[in-house]
Amino acid sequence: MKPGTVAVVGAAETTDLGVIPDLSQIQLHADAALNALKDAGLKPSDIDGVATAGETPTTVAHYLGITPTWVDGTAVGGCSFMIHVRHAAAAINEGLCTTALITHGESGKSRVAATPRPTSPGSLAGQFEAPFGVMGPPTMFTIPVLRYMKTYGITEEQLAMVAVVQREWAARNPRATFKEPITVTDVLKSRMIAYPFRILMCCLVTDGGGALILTSAERAKDFPKKPVYIVGTGESVESPMISQMEDFTSSRAFRVAGSKAFAEADIGHADVDHVMIYDAFAHLPLYGLEDLGFCNPGEAAAFIAGRNTAPGGKLPLNTNGGGLSYMHSGMYGMYALQESVRQLRGVAAAQVKGAKISVAHGVGGMFAASGTIVFSNERP
Amino acid sequence: MAGEMRPLPVPTPETKHFWEGTRAGELRLQRCDDCRHTYFPPRPFCPKCASRKVSIVRSSGTATLFSYVIHHRPTPGFAPPYAIAVVELEEGPRMMSNIVGCPQTPEALVLDMPLEVTFERQTDAITLPFFKPAGSR
Repeated sequence: MKPGTVAVVGAAETTDLGVIPDLSQIQLHADAALNALKDAGLKPSDIDGVATAGETPTTVAHYLGITPTWVDGTAVGGCSFMIHVRHAAAAINEGLCTTALITHGESGKSRVAATPRPTSPGSLAGQFEAPFGVMGPPTMFTIPVLRYMKTYGITEEQLAMVAVVQREWAARNPRATFKEPITVTDVLKSRMIAYPFRILMCCLVTDGGGALILTSAERAKDFPKKPVYIVGTGESVESPMISQMEDFTSSRAFRVAGSKAFAEADIGHADVDHVMIYDAFAHLPLYGLEDLGFCNPGEAAAFIAGRNTAPGGKLPLNTNGGGLSYMHSGMYGMYALQESVRQLRGVAAAQVKGAKISVAHGVGGMFAASGTIVFSNERP
Repeated sequence: MAGEMRPLPVPTPETKHFWEGTRAGELRLQRCDDCRHTYFPPRPFCPKCASRKVSIVRSSGTATLFSYVIHHRPTPGFAPPYAIAVVELEEGPRMMSNIVGCPQTPEALVLDMPLEVTFERQTDAITLPFFKPAGSR
């Protein structure tokens, strides 16, 4: 896309986050959408583009009373919303719609009318992975890490440190699910889920949602909130099977999406004030920091342990507390985008002073897909 | 193993040869007749050069332990803790499997340890390929 031609003019999460047994999945979408519409000063009739994952764009558009001229149902997991932002920006520039609404809602914990995710026993994953006892992300997303740890000499203590630092950010965020400080010892003594991953190295399972509204940069200046411009975008996919991931120490989808977004934004790493890296598990920020080029291969753990990403550090990372401590409904990418927007509006709970450029990097499936968005609060 | 059965594959026209192979005690891969690339999982064309001229080849069954987790949570058909592993075959491709014939512990499961395939019948139709430490019984 052309950098800075499209902006976020509405952004909001669901009124509540956490355990929400009194809202179904579609109502979580709607609650977030209504909050984002209010944020932008718009009505559903002002929206002519709808993108979503988990539910179909048809379901969301009809439920909210929207008549779209553009829809996108890209559903590649938790980074779908980064990819929706990218596609919506292109659609707005191409004149396919003027005002796009992107929604996420997921009853991840309460499972009220949640979308089931069955694996067909005839699919390649059903034939060549399911028979060996995989049980969702904790047993698949985690498989590459021992290879990564052996290659670079990374310890369980260093892996635990990722969760410890993110809890420090969560402590500054009243909306975070877990706020109490933890130590490396706490993490390493917590319940084993799938060696080497203990429960405090795994994301939360909660209910919630979020929504974004995008329009052209020209129109954006007339909206009530300070526009947050989209200046770089990237997307890619790799394999639906973790066993077939090309390199267990680095994600090809991360590298492709990230380098595309940085090139489009025409920025260097030193220009980035704030970064969100989707952390479904404690190793994700390590892969993300390296594959996005913030750290050399194998150096991200030391970078985090050196407090570079902690409060007061030079690269504030996952400042809402992340999927490990803030919330994680299942497709967390939307919350990473929301925090980037809050930081650039200057309204985040743990505000990074003077932040101008924020990168939101998402993962979909088990290293299967990726989307990267570079935001700026200054129009390039 | 617990009472309930583990999920079993449903072979497709493109993967039938693999599951017929495991029933016959063979681990079958495919190799491109044009670019000689050996690959897995099965498909009737080369994922590297897109040639439709491919042959079924028998793997030596020799592999090394590439990576794994040890799952500690209840899972139908399994008695935790059990390792879910990715092995690297001598011919190059990697595949998911379980490691049998050794304790399911980090001490016993050392990355790059040599393994060999072993077959375990599940039903009349399906035999699964597992791996055990090389030279073990």
